Amino acid sequence: MAEPITVAERVALARHPKRPNVRDYIDHLFPDFFEQKGDRLAGEDTAILGGVARFHGRPVTVIGTRKGKTLEENLRCRFGMPSPEGYRKALRLMTQAEKFHRPVITLIDTSGAYPGLEAEERGQGEAIARCLYLSARLTVPTIAIIIGEGNSGGALALAVANRVLMQENAVYAILSPEGFASILWKDSARSAEACECMGITAQELFARHIIDGVIPEPLGGAQADPLRAMVAVEQALARHLGELSPLSGKELAEQRFQKFRQLGASRKESL
Amino acid sequence: MSMIFEKRRARLLAMKAFRDHRVPTPPAVCPKCGESTPKKELSDCLFVCPKCGYHHPVGAYYRLSTLLDSGSFRELNPRITAADPMQFAGYREKVDSARRRTGLDEAAVTATGTIGSCRCVLGVLDSRFLMGSMSTAVGEKLTLAIEYAARKKLPLILFSASGGARMQEGILSLMQMAKTSAALTKLSDAGQLYISVLTDPTTGGVTASFASLGDLILAEPGALIGFAGPRVIEQTIGESLPEGFQRAEFLEEHGFIDAVVPRSQMRKTLHQLLALHGKEGTDWLNP
Repeated sequence: MAEPITVAERVALARHPKRPNVRDYIDHLFPDFFEQKGDRLAGEDTAILGGVARFHGRPVTVIGTRKGKTLEENLRCRFGMPSPEGYRKALRLMTQAEKFHRPVITLIDTSGAYPGLEAEERGQGEAIARCLYLSARLTVPTIAIIIGEGNSGGALALAVANRVLMQENAVYAILSPEGFASILWKDSARSAEACECMGITAQELFARHIIDGVIPEPLGGAQADPLRAMVAVEQALARHLGELSPLSGKELAEQRFQKFRQLGASRKESL
Repeated sequence: MSMIFEKRRARLLAMKAFRDHRVPTPPAVCPKCGESTPKKELSDCLFVCPKCGYHHPVGAYYRLSTLLDSGSFRELNPRITAADPMQFAGYREKVDSARRRTGLDEAAVTATGTIGSCRCVLGVLDSRFLMGSMSTAVGEKLTLAIEYAARKKLPLILFSASGGARMQEGILSLMQMAKTSAALTKLSDAGQLYISVLTDPTTGGVTASFASLGDLILAEPGALIGFAGPRVIEQTIGESLPEGFQRAEFLEEHGFIDAVVPRSQMRKTLHQLLALHGKEGTDWLNP
């Protein structure tokens, strides 16, 4: 029986430096992964890692946001905050997945899109918008898994999927709790309070039908037993991919569309 | 019979536009050049400073009144109003106060009407209502407008003015980015034109969704347009931003918008674009 933990503690687990990152998952789940670099427009963004691989024998496209484990790694991938080049690489890979009828699997762990000068100059907003637009209409199975933090449009860009799954201690939010507290209360120190009222845990989002499944983690969090955490992700992925496989391309696009269409469509709670 | 309805519609819009730009009144002096202009003169210039060209923010109904043919305005889904999905402390009061201040029910107004006889669907965000932020109600209204345009085979024009997602509605607000973007795929599949017009300010989740997805993207002069807000960027990079950064002209220079269009030319430009995209024999060209 697990001890009940606070939301702020979950956020700490989701950000734990020893938590398995996208590279670990790819090494474990997709042993023959071939990395594809570059957006074919302007550059290569290491904050997004993508490529083609087999999952249980079937070719898939894998796209993930990359956080490093050391300071040096983190500086190189901007702490997992993608630039427009990263999102445009994701667009390129998704377009290829469509061409070759490969499912798209995204692994998300980001505090958001990079808020920098060059990122703005090169159209961060446009790049994210294009990801939303394209992933809404893909006719291949798509599964998004939040394996750490999933914050703001920077995470959503890779999370418009037929199935959106979260690990037990992952969080998914409109903004980081610090940013939220800073915007609403002009005080980022009130982030623990923000955690409690933002509704960002996997359990709550599942109960509210925002996500489609919660993947269990070992006691104490994924970093306590990375292998078990990764096996659980693998099993969930296999099950959901299996469930989506019989659907036609048109059905997949329609299922995904309807899922997002009904979010916030209820007028019962009108003020 | 239809004449009576036409007149009533014209009166309705005039009434709403009046209520709309009466509060709040533009500041006594222009925030850009510091000159003061008599209200009457400013109103004649569509609230663009005659001295420096600064575009004052204007309300949604007023904006529609400057674009649509008289009597053609018909509002879509006016009764969709803010929800409180998170039961967020203080949110209800904020919405109530915004309603009293602006006379609006939500930060978006959607409508159909004609511009120089070209029928179209319009959605206009209003920055005075909680910074034009995208709530579930705003997302739903825009999505219904997009779907209406797809169904009726009408072109769509969306005017953005927004600080981004509505924080108090949490993740559901974020999801409106996905919902509106997905709806636009259907409009595109229906072969319909979508013109996105960016006005001051267009930032955050609105920039990162429907506002950036227009077949054509226009912007008002000087409008702040970006994903991250200037303050956040300054904090990230630890230096102040260059003059003109994230302004409409900057985006034009970097290839992200088709044209910067002054307010005085907006109706004419939209009419030209609608007419250029009209197919012979479609009913919206000659309704």
